[in-house]
Amino acid sequence: MTPLLEFRNVTKIYTKGLLSRAATTALDDVSLKIEDDQPTILTVAGESGSGKTTLAMLLLGFITPTRGHILYKGKDITKLRGEEKITFRKEVQAVFQDPFAVFNPFYTVDHLLTVPIEKFKLARSRSEARDKIDEALSAVGLRPEDVLGRFPHQLSGGQRQRINVARALLLKPRLLVADEPVSMVDASLRATILESLRNLNREYGISIIYITHDLTTAYHVANSIIVLYRGSVMEAGSIDRVIRDPQHPYTRLLIDSIPWPDINRKWGQTEIVAREQEHGSIETGCKFASRCPFAMDKCRQAPPPLYQVAPQQVAACYLYDQQPVVERERLSEMLPV
Amino acid sequence: MTNPSPILRVIDLQVSYYTEAGRALALDHASLELYPGEKLGMVGESGCGKSTMALAMMRMIKPPGRIEGGKVFVGDTELTALSEEQMRKARLSLISYIPQGAMNSLNPVLRIETQMRDAIKEHQPEMSNAEIQERIYNALESVELRRSVARMYPHELSGGMKQRVCIAIGILLGPKVIIADEPTSALDVVTQRQVMETLDRVQKQLGSAVILIGHDMGLMAQFVDKVAVMYAGKFTEISPVRDMFTNPMHPYARALIESLPTLDNKGVFKGIPGLAPSLIRRPSGCAFHPRCAYAMEICRTVTPALERLPNGRSVACHLYDREGNLANVELRMAG
Repeated sequence: MTPLLEFRNVTKIYTKGLLSRAATTALDDVSLKIEDDQPTILTVAGESGSGKTTLAMLLLGFITPTRGHILYKGKDITKLRGEEKITFRKEVQAVFQDPFAVFNPFYTVDHLLTVPIEKFKLARSRSEARDKIDEALSAVGLRPEDVLGRFPHQLSGGQRQRINVARALLLKPRLLVADEPVSMVDASLRATILESLRNLNREYGISIIYITHDLTTAYHVANSIIVLYRGSVMEAGSIDRVIRDPQHPYTRLLIDSIPWPDINRKWGQTEIVAREQEHGSIETGCKFASRCPFAMDKCRQAPPPLYQVAPQQVAACYLYDQQPVVERERLSEMLPV
Repeated sequence: MTNPSPILRVIDLQVSYYTEAGRALALDHASLELYPGEKLGMVGESGCGKSTMALAMMRMIKPPGRIEGGKVFVGDTELTALSEEQMRKARLSLISYIPQGAMNSLNPVLRIETQMRDAIKEHQPEMSNAEIQERIYNALESVELRRSVARMYPHELSGGMKQRVCIAIGILLGPKVIIADEPTSALDVVTQRQVMETLDRVQKQLGSAVILIGHDMGLMAQFVDKVAVMYAGKFTEISPVRDMFTNPMHPYARALIESLPTLDNKGVFKGIPGLAPSLIRRPSGCAFHPRCAYAMEICRTVTPALERLPNGRSVACHLYDREGNLANVELRMAG
């Protein structure tokens, strides 16, 4: 069966100006599949500059890959035209980080919900449109009478963000890209938004790509995870495996640095090799080598392949070179749904 | 605490913002004591008054906001009684404030050392250039930055480095109280840990008290000694961090703690129902009563005072008596 979404060896390189030779590899040879019949929540995690937002932008078709292809239902998304393009725009939706920036402050929030209905001709009448809006708002736990007719500044960040989720839901998408949807929302409201996302996945069968640097929330909503570091996949697999038993030194550092709201789980003692010592970093080998306490000679020579460290866990690290190698193209097989 | 006298005393501080919609009581009789070397976390939803509290202690509230009452002492100095000029000198030397998104507060066209030198000169004009230079290097080294950073411009630094420069500026003059308002909210977890470890170390060196403002309860659990939970401009509970996380007393604090994702409660989502109250039309009595699962009749009419309990905790809730026992439960049943 054709996957819903497929990344085939996607690389994105940003170049600086016409003359400069400086280039940044924001995403390096990533292959990924989301199946249509198995809705899942996949977390793409990493620190700033890891390429996670680049992945979202590529997936939404806002930028084009330097190498490789992104296929939606088997078709290259850069080549979609006419009806197919509209379907893609409708079926792939996004929720962004800042719950305020996406609203036009001069319109009531109704505007954000009625425009997609008009654009995609989702309703034949006003009352049908209203019904759809009510249904979408209820699905994210909002009472329509509480929010409709209000201006964005009259609502809390959590309400605004849930309206964004409701807007995406209106279009009955197949895939939702959520880029840091709760990072600007109060802790007490995060739970509600994450719960809405998970319900979309379970009840409406929508696959979600949850992009975040917050592994605590990722652990709670996702089925699987891909950890990126400077554009490359460091570790991937089942969320339980990766969070509870990370293998790659970078993931270990990351997990160790999570401030769990748990008084008995103290912040780790893994020493942090400062990032600023990265100058003159080696692009030929493993990107983490300059910060890695276990770095060996070969780490600096060629990037490590993905090694299978558990049935549903791979790590790109020579520490595990006794384990079988997993082709980059087969990464998705390691991700439970 | 071995130290007998508190380094920071806030007594009945009150701040209002006058808006077109009416008067918003952003801080309502907030009182607080902090001892040298203590780290306090101030948490609450956006708009609950935590940043207002910080700004009021710094006397940096701008119109339409106004400090309407209360006193702030750092040691023996009453900040609220100082002249504008004296207060300007007290900032940074007695009490310093690292604002939210501080890394964006650096001047992009000045070298780091120029910005640091300006801060020192302002307070100690008699200090020689060599001494100033030494102090700058010391401050940078104490936040684990190389001396060469002094010659750099902000754009040459990463976010975490800029944040540490801001901490270095905050501690230049060895303040007694350091207020850090969400110092790491824009940073990833690894950098965040690095910045917090830095803050922890310089605080220990200086023996200052630290107030960490934020809504990341995880960070609080890892960093502070005491947690103060604010709701609608009031402290609802102030407890040692272990008590707060294992046995929160105030129903709001409890709901906040229970809403947190931990490793052990995977897939359980417990948000707090209802909405944060408007500061202009505060609910009568206890401001939390419309969202409180334990609300009684008295909660609708009488505002509970923050009682200091014998066990060292403070709580503002009608459910408890002066000893901190669940006293009014029968009352609840009756209501």
